[in-house]
Amino acid sequence: MDIVLLAFLAATAVAVLRVRSLFAVAMLSGIYSFLSATFFLVMDAVDVSFTEAAVGAGVSTMLMLATLAQVGHEERPKPRGRLLPLLVVGITGAALIYGTLDMPAFGDPDAPIHHHVAPRYLEQSLEATGVPNVVTSVLASYRGYDTLGETTVIFTAGVAVVMLLGLKRRRGKGEEDDHA
Amino acid sequence: MREHLVPRVGTKILVPFILVFALYVQFHGDFGPGGGFQAGVIFAAGIILYTMVFGLGEGRRVVAPRALLTLVPLGVLIYAGVGVVCMLFGGEFLDYSALAHDPRHGQELGILLVELGVGTTVAAVMITIFFAFAGRGE
Repeated sequence: MDIVLLAFLAATAVAVLRVRSLFAVAMLSGIYSFLSATFFLVMDAVDVSFTEAAVGAGVSTMLMLATLAQVGHEERPKPRGRLLPLLVVGITGAALIYGTLDMPAFGDPDAPIHHHVAPRYLEQSLEATGVPNVVTSVLASYRGYDTLGETTVIFTAGVAVVMLLGLKRRRGKGEEDDHA
Repeated sequence: MREHLVPRVGTKILVPFILVFALYVQFHGDFGPGGGFQAGVIFAAGIILYTMVFGLGEGRRVVAPRALLTLVPLGVLIYAGVGVVCMLFGGEFLDYSALAHDPRHGQELGILLVELGVGTTVAAVMITIFFAFAGRGE
């Protein structure tokens, strides 16, 4: 199962690189997000999987399509040296793999992350908060400050877009088109 | 896309279910997977789908830009406001246990309200970004 999913992920990634039509690329990255969501689901991270499916496959694909409608959907071919990018990607990948060598095996009960505060969350969060979903109680209560910060980040993104692009309808031409 | 019949009818059938599902994810996040963030994104996706098919003018009639600009900060205010109310009741910032006599009820209430704040801001920001992008092409 894992290997099949990984193969599909790799195939999608290569397809994203090869395809020239940006509409196809937007759709393929949606598929990539759905495959990642399936991966998280296989690893029992239901909440993460849900977020990936909703954000990665849903809204970001829509936003990309909306952007493509503005900027045109054909990628200009760029003849350029291929050695340097390959080198950078290779070194980064090697460094990441080197980093995983020290990590405990997946699901290892002795891993440090399972011994810090996680046991307390798992055993006592239902009693302390009355919320059965531990992910929700950790995000909203134990890690309430972090989530407030994240909400503020999204708020800031919205404010920035409104300041740069504006939201109000321009008077004149647009008005007539809307009622036509 | 206004002249195509199938997307129009399909959207009209789908959008109510998407919006209700978003509300389900919002208020059922305590018990199952989901929460304010996912709910906000799904709700926004429903509105964006409607706007994509029926045009920006129709979308603006459903969600007025002025209302959006109110909702974007409102969510953050709900979240931070819950924290301040906790302080008024004698707890620390965002210590929901102070909200009710039973700390457990306080936590439940606090988490519900905070998730509502997250959902409001996320949905409003996503719709705002889409409206702003789509509005460039008018």
